[in-house]
Amino acid sequence: MLKTFRIGGVHPPENKLSASEKIQTLPVPEQVTIPLSQHIGAPATPVVQKGDTVKAGQLIAQANGFVSANIHSSVSGTVVAIDNITDAAGLPKPAITIRTEGDEWMPEIDRSGKVEHNITLSKEEIVKAIAAAGIVGMGGATFPTQVKLTPPPGNKAEFLIINGVECEPYLTADHRVMLEKAEEIIIGVQILMKAIDVKQAIIGIENNKQDAIAHLQQTASKVLGIEICPLKVKYPQGGEKQLIQATTGRAVPSGALPIAVGAVVQNIGTALAVYEAVMKHKPLMERIVTVTGKSVKHPGNYLCRIGTPVSKLIEAAGGIPEDTGKIIGGGPMMGRTMVNVDSPIMKGTSGILLLSRKEALREPVRNCIRCGKCVSACPMGLEPYLLAKLSMFNLLERMEEEKIMDCIECGSCSFTCPSARPLLDYIRIGKSRTGAMLRNRKK
Amino acid sequence: MNLLISPSPHVHSGDTIEKNMYGVLIALIPAFICSVLFFGMGAVIVTLTSVAACVFFEYIIQKLLLKQQPSVFDGSAILTGVLLAFNVPSNLPVWIIIIGALVAIGIGKMSFGGLGCNIFNPALVGRVFLLISFPVQMTTWPLPQGFAGSYTDALTGATPLGMLKEAVKSGQSLTEWMAAGTLPDYKNMLLGNMGGSLGEVAALALLAGFLFMLFRKIITWHIPVTIFATIILFSGILHLCNPDHFANPLFHLLSGGMMLGAIFMATDYVTSPMTPKGMIIFGAGIGILTVVIRIFGAYPEGMSFAILIMNAFTPLINRYCKPARFA
Repeated sequence: MLKTFRIGGVHPPENKLSASEKIQTLPVPEQVTIPLSQHIGAPATPVVQKGDTVKAGQLIAQANGFVSANIHSSVSGTVVAIDNITDAAGLPKPAITIRTEGDEWMPEIDRSGKVEHNITLSKEEIVKAIAAAGIVGMGGATFPTQVKLTPPPGNKAEFLIINGVECEPYLTADHRVMLEKAEEIIIGVQILMKAIDVKQAIIGIENNKQDAIAHLQQTASKVLGIEICPLKVKYPQGGEKQLIQATTGRAVPSGALPIAVGAVVQNIGTALAVYEAVMKHKPLMERIVTVTGKSVKHPGNYLCRIGTPVSKLIEAAGGIPEDTGKIIGGGPMMGRTMVNVDSPIMKGTSGILLLSRKEALREPVRNCIRCGKCVSACPMGLEPYLLAKLSMFNLLERMEEEKIMDCIECGSCSFTCPSARPLLDYIRIGKSRTGAMLRNRKK
Repeated sequence: MNLLISPSPHVHSGDTIEKNMYGVLIALIPAFICSVLFFGMGAVIVTLTSVAACVFFEYIIQKLLLKQQPSVFDGSAILTGVLLAFNVPSNLPVWIIIIGALVAIGIGKMSFGGLGCNIFNPALVGRVFLLISFPVQMTTWPLPQGFAGSYTDALTGATPLGMLKEAVKSGQSLTEWMAAGTLPDYKNMLLGNMGGSLGEVAALALLAGFLFMLFRKIITWHIPVTIFATIILFSGILHLCNPDHFANPLFHLLSGGMMLGAIFMATDYVTSPMTPKGMIIFGAGIGILTVVIRIFGAYPEGMSFAILIMNAFTPLINRYCKPARFA
């Protein structure tokens, strides 16, 4: 019996169209726009000026406070603007625009393909190196990694959990990384284990990626303390709380962080970035992005510089198909719709998904028939139909009572509703209002 | 290019109201076939009349009274029609069926606001209205007479539950009475070869429908299985205490509207609780009430009343039975 999380969950069609496509390196774009806020927390402060020449891997904006992240140039060239750009959602966002000239990297970056095995840095030095490299959670949540590696006082990590689940339909970037960069990932995991001082790491991978499971098992067999844990395919297994429960059986209490049960969770892509930062001195300036969709000519996985326009990736995959109705940054369950395809790839962009108009259109909303399917689908054990209704009437205290703040916004409720009710839309509104009320109460 | 914008999720399971409603209708087909085999054309006439009347009344009310876009093809009115027909004798006059359909749809469903808003199961509202208003016609049960049987002048007789009530009233020892062979044997009760409402008799066919709905994930096991278990437990204890006065659990399980009610009426989405815990309480309540009404009440059968009473408790159950939270 394969392990999985206990309650709820759905089975969206997997549609992993690009699972067997090798990672391709995209040519360096003529120009990159690198937003100052690609992470959760305060935006970074620019340390370059218009007209400066920069090298690839050079620090261009500094973390602003503890929960923030450094930003590096992904190309060599001249800073042409530090100004607001239009982001994927069509909103103004501060960014540094760099015009590419050649491809000169910072001298300390080791660009050879040689795999380095010896971890010489101490625990503190590792965390410092990770912070300097501007690494954030690569799964899409973009929480600064060094913060997760510094547990609050009084908490002690017992194990590291690596998220290789990739439960979002369509996305295959993590899958490819596990197949093509297994050795580097395992070293990255060892570095992370040293950083939080644990003896045990569990890599959770869903059973639809058996080649990756076998490959990592073989690669990790020489290393003590790393266990590969095959998991039953079920969405949203990649949710932090769900993954901890699936791999360890422990349940993170409502409102608590994973460290409360002794767990630190990192994404598989983050493990790779950590390896590159610590062993190769390479900051986070590239990432692997899946470009996919049923009508896309060549769905694939592309290694591209941060700041590359989304349109360049779509071009590489064969251009925007005629029938496209929706472009999504991320997967179909939790990704965000884009209005601006000239917006840049960011640290948390795991995929670009092009849905046809037919797939993208929502069905007309019908009456709730109280079938209870949303209740059985909710992985947090909530009652989405009720929360949506309470949100419509703006009953804040009732929503708090019904644990609306526990919602992880996975979308299983809306996905499953036979009446096509936009349950999560209402819940999000209710959640933000309830959250505001709770913050005011604290003050 | 015009790009659509919306919050996530961007894909949908493809499940619809229609898939669920027509799924239940498919699950009712075996029981309908049995009914036609036992009660002949009467079963067909009653069912068609009921479905047509329910659809017609829903359409008229939506179109003319509520000025809504009629949604009669979502399958829910058809389902109410079929379930209403399954709960009445197969020789019921057409005009009574039409009155039942009007009450079921008009009062039971549309007066609350239509699909999803009603508190009581519409088909049962119609059925109980007819039972109280037309007690003679509603309790004149045709006996199984084969496919060729006639609609109006069929041979009639009592249902097993009716016979039981009479036997208990006359003070006979049930052990002797059951051994005497007045009742259909268990094989015939399982197949449905006995008097009763047109869709309630064929236990096996109804159970096949249950399995189909479980397989298609239209309903969960909680409500029907809890009802069965409660009936077996409650009537079993009574039977063990005094087998001369109380019938055995198997008899209770196979007689009357037990199977139809537990599998198809109590599991109605709209009027049953949302959480497994709530469903179990709901099912247990129906089981206990059914046995209480059958044994201690004036009516021989209590399934419809039990379900309607528990329907009234559903909002309360939903309020207090929360699903198991993540942590």
